[in-house]
Amino acid sequence: MEHKDIAINGDSAIAMAWKQINPDVCAAYPITPQTIIVERFSDYVADGEVSTEFVCTESEHSALTLCIASAAAGARTVTATASVGLGYMWEMLGIASGLRMPLTMAVSNRTLSAPINIHCDHGDAMASRDAGWLMIFAENVQEAYDNAIIALRIAEHKDVQLPMMTCLDGFILTHAIERMTPIDTHDVKEFVGEYKPVYPLLDLKNPVTYGVMDSPDFFYEHRYQMKMAMDAALDVTEKVFKDFAKMTGRKYSLVEEYKCDDADYVAVCLGSTFGTMKATVDILRKEGKKVGVMMPRLYRPLPSKDIAKAVKGKKGVAVMDKFMTLGGYSPLYEDVVASAVCLDKMPEMYSYVYGLGGRDARVDVLKTVFTDMIDKKAKKVNYLGVKL
Amino acid sequence: MSKSPTRLTSGHRLCAGCGEGIIVRQVLMATDKPVVVSNATGCFEVSTSIYPYTAWNVPWIHTAFGNAAATCAGTEAAYQALKRQGKIKEDVRFVAFAGDGGTYDIGFQALSGALERGHQMMYVCMNNEAYMNTGIQRSGATALGASTTTSPAGSVIPGKVGYPKDLTMIVASHNIPYVAQVSPHNWRDMIAKCGKGFECKGPAFINAMSPCPRGWRTDPSDTIALALLSVETCVWPLYEVENGNYRLTAESAKIAEGKLAKRPLTDWLNAQGRFKHLMKDKWRDLIEDAQADIDKKWERLQKLCKL
Repeated sequence: MEHKDIAINGDSAIAMAWKQINPDVCAAYPITPQTIIVERFSDYVADGEVSTEFVCTESEHSALTLCIASAAAGARTVTATASVGLGYMWEMLGIASGLRMPLTMAVSNRTLSAPINIHCDHGDAMASRDAGWLMIFAENVQEAYDNAIIALRIAEHKDVQLPMMTCLDGFILTHAIERMTPIDTHDVKEFVGEYKPVYPLLDLKNPVTYGVMDSPDFFYEHRYQMKMAMDAALDVTEKVFKDFAKMTGRKYSLVEEYKCDDADYVAVCLGSTFGTMKATVDILRKEGKKVGVMMPRLYRPLPSKDIAKAVKGKKGVAVMDKFMTLGGYSPLYEDVVASAVCLDKMPEMYSYVYGLGGRDARVDVLKTVFTDMIDKKAKKVNYLGVKL
Repeated sequence: MSKSPTRLTSGHRLCAGCGEGIIVRQVLMATDKPVVVSNATGCFEVSTSIYPYTAWNVPWIHTAFGNAAATCAGTEAAYQALKRQGKIKEDVRFVAFAGDGGTYDIGFQALSGALERGHQMMYVCMNNEAYMNTGIQRSGATALGASTTTSPAGSVIPGKVGYPKDLTMIVASHNIPYVAQVSPHNWRDMIAKCGKGFECKGPAFINAMSPCPRGWRTDPSDTIALALLSVETCVWPLYEVENGNYRLTAESAKIAEGKLAKRPLTDWLNAQGRFKHLMKDKWRDLIEDAQADIDKKWERLQKLCKL
């Protein structure tokens, strides 16, 4: 079927994906820059374009609680949040994953307070990276929309049964209007399929107990089962990406590489920066510099083997964190370094902190990530663009 | 009623003399319809769901401490969605159980939000006037002068400072269809009220007095007698607020009508180890203040019931 391209911002694209999915339940609380998602979805609810039970809660803690209980009851459930809202959910994040609830949540990435700042960085996602959620990042609005659909298939897969965050950069993607190719609603519905819950509470003839008290005799094993589910999610994601490519022609990989094959120096980043970095790579390539960039699209579970393969043999690897760990190394840097430990010869690894609190990272600044490595000027840890 | 299906089985790990098991069994007898139960973290949750066992013969979910109302609302939201789609046919009831810590304190926001939104659910607070599961710490429901592990009776401070919040009145201010105070000694009153709560259109709230032998320093065999005493002293009046109309019930109605004597607060205090220190002469004023507070609240409640 032929699809007409539309102009749309990232938040509205998520709402559009939800409209096409028509989830059973959505419980959410508004927070900038996620607000447009719940606003647009409210429109669909008000106009009867979806049959979703939409609950506007009094807090993010309750929003995620409702989603967990709704998923446990047997409903396909979605929500969205951002920043300190995700922080406010934190207690429930581990409970969503620990109870193995396959719900999906769009996270409009924004920095954590204080100082309060509404703009984009990955502080919210990174503070939640160990909560047992699957996490996927988007480079642009198209991918944010695609991820919102793809996520259901991964989270709900019988071998996975874990919640999934679909991350999109606050404002850069949530509010900026981009060109996007929507999928036909019939195809979306066919792709996600009818929801078949596992052990739902509302199976009244077969009552189940959710959220038990676990002793030291069992807790470790229950956590290990989650690890096995995370491991399984790597293969499942690849298969779902393949099915998605069949439907749309858009091919996704666990780790997206751009001109990395023959590159001497590569950068690793997440989110919309991947797009700006591609443009940066193109400029430097014209100057004869062999550089490339990659993005682990799937961030949890971390596709370690693919990352190791992609950085193998490089002279230098710059790992870019839109987040600053205080008193330690930043998370993506740690992840990439740990992934590369298996290599016979580790490339030189550099940590680049950048873009905090919405600080623009433009091509002229991003170029220095590569040129510093090439000119041997890069330090072990670099704070890109900080005004000191 | 004695032949109604066992929804909470025996073999759970509640203490001897705990009021909560009695309350939950009575509440669940109040409807013949299928129920889905949500539970806040607390004594009741840990005692009935120790993996790999469960005391529950009905669907049951616990997620966290401060969100029993939101958890219950989530199960109800799923039900509304699936019922609309024809995927579920049964007429199901949704009930949440939580202690006073999970209701008066940490779960209050979630409760208020759920009541305002109007979910079809009943919330039951089992009020034993402190955080008993973690070892008897004071809560917003703890009585003036009660000795707890975070409001100990010292030589300078005589236990809990300040009166408990009147949560039943606060909930009634949400203008939901049904609100009631109950006590496990009067099962007929409790089951009648819970029956109304299950069947009213919209959210219902039940606040149950739940004696705790460990936390109150009382004998397990005195639980039901203490429950009755809480009503006879007007520490815990039995009443309901149905569509905004206040009505005293059971023993409390008899006290208001002069058919039953209102007992002094000291009877209540003397019966429990947690108030033992108050009997010293130096705290005489405090007992008088507490009695005056109870009298004032009782007068106000009677006025509301006459409106």
